[in-house]
Amino acid sequence: MLNIDHLDVWFGDPPERVDAVKSAGFTVAQGESFGLVGESGSGKSTILRAITGLIGTWSGLIEVDGEKVSGQHRSRAFHKTVQMVFQDPYASLHPRHSVDRVLSETLHLQGMDQIDARITRLLDSVGLGKGFRFRYPHQLSGGQRQRVAIARALAAEPRLLLLDEPTSALDVSVQAEILNLLTDLRRERGLTYVMVSHDLAVVAHMCDRLAVMRGGEIVEVMEAARLRAGDPASDYARALLAASAGFAREGAPG
Amino acid sequence: MTDIPTREWLLSDAPQTRAQARLGAIYQGWLTFRANKLAMFGLIILVLLLLMAIFAPWLAPKDPFAQDLAGRLKPPSAANWLGTDALGRDILSRLIYGSRITLFIVGTVALVAPVIGLFVGTVAGFAGGWVDQVLMRITDIFLAFPKLILALAFVAALGPGIGNAVLALAITSWPPYARLARAETLTIRNADYIAAARLQGAGPLRLLIGHVWPLCISSMIVRVALDMAGIILSAAGLGFLGLGAQPPMPEWGAMISDGRTYILDFWWVAAMPGMAIFIVSLAFNLLGDGLRDVLDPKGAKE
Repeated sequence: MLNIDHLDVWFGDPPERVDAVKSAGFTVAQGESFGLVGESGSGKSTILRAITGLIGTWSGLIEVDGEKVSGQHRSRAFHKTVQMVFQDPYASLHPRHSVDRVLSETLHLQGMDQIDARITRLLDSVGLGKGFRFRYPHQLSGGQRQRVAIARALAAEPRLLLLDEPTSALDVSVQAEILNLLTDLRRERGLTYVMVSHDLAVVAHMCDRLAVMRGGEIVEVMEAARLRAGDPASDYARALLAASAGFAREGAPG
Repeated sequence: MTDIPTREWLLSDAPQTRAQARLGAIYQGWLTFRANKLAMFGLIILVLLLLMAIFAPWLAPKDPFAQDLAGRLKPPSAANWLGTDALGRDILSRLIYGSRITLFIVGTVALVAPVIGLFVGTVAGFAGGWVDQVLMRITDIFLAFPKLILALAFVAALGPGIGNAVLALAITSWPPYARLARAETLTIRNADYIAAARLQGAGPLRLLIGHVWPLCISSMIVRVALDMAGIILSAAGLGFLGLGAQPPMPEWGAMISDGRTYILDFWWVAAMPGMAIFIVSLAFNLLGDGLRDVLDPKGAKE
């Protein structure tokens, strides 16, 4: 479904050039859920932005559904295949557009018919009732906003969903709801996920395989089972795991 | 009785239709605006001004052009409430008719200048690169001239008259709007919601008009309302210099200019139109303040 090889992404020109991603490579199979983990600034989100064409300064191979993409331009078919959910639901919805406007514009852009009926179905599928349809973002909570953002991403009926820390801006109880929603949607629709997160627990729960990143490089690609077993191969992944486990023990006494 | 259900319908958290959501948002804004007493005061003055302009022929006690040389430079009295000018014309009637000219100038400039500014600014900010450079350098050139002097040069080139004065004012007052719109656009263009729309395949024109403009327009409206006073004063300034409205048109700036010669002995000739300009300018400033409470996305709401 997704094939990435020797991907370099950089910002700016020399001498101020910053290499955000260095020679990254991984493949994601159809129907798989793949995690990208690492500390802040390790280049996880940058990879997603390069895939979607939001960043143009990259080289290497990005292949989606057997088709190579280049530069910043993406075809109509690409937008129908790949969609993205952003990290901060407070920033990813237009403050002056109602839920109805967001979804109907998206459906219109994707060339869908029966827009009215589809909006109802979309809202239904992300667990929002009809009552939310004509609300503005400021009338929604963080979790509800993220549900709208997920509905928007699903509008095109994509097969590959890129999730850029979809829960890190939400509080813990809402995080679980959104993760469950994402799990259900994936099962129902047979979606492929690429999920970026710094939360190892979330990735261990959601993903089949994952890549650990550090300083723009992929340190290790492993099965999620190994992460759950606490047995990564590389030193860095072990250190990352230990750090997050230590934090968890402190946070949850008893 | 019917008032309460309507109010609840408007303020509903879960509107059922597009129209209800839109009306609800407008009503919400009106409530915010109404809470600002001074802004309401400004709005009332401006509504009165508008009514005055519409009903000028019925409101004016005398013909604004009728001269009466025997009764020239009369102080305010029961016959002429605000006195008469150097040609014996009733100042009150002239002020009432002059409100039409003032509204015409202000309205036209307020329509033209921000639209040019919005267009130039958002295109520059959104396109970036050399388009941005070219458009902003042109803006800088316009900004480098003193506004009134540039307007004077335009009027001198185009010929004096109210239409040319408006054109000159509009041409000279768009650069600040372009700057403002560009600054707003720069903060918006890398926002996630723009990226999300891009991922749906939205083209640049759709992003510009459907996504960037709605966010720029509110701050533009506020800015226009606050600039209105300045526009009235510039128009009056042009009138005062004899380059705006031509006699015998009762333009307020030109009326002050007429009264200049007699200002020490017959103060009302210049003071009355001056008061009118002052009141209207103040009203626009108050209105702009209230509009900022309602429209400014960076306001207290979020």
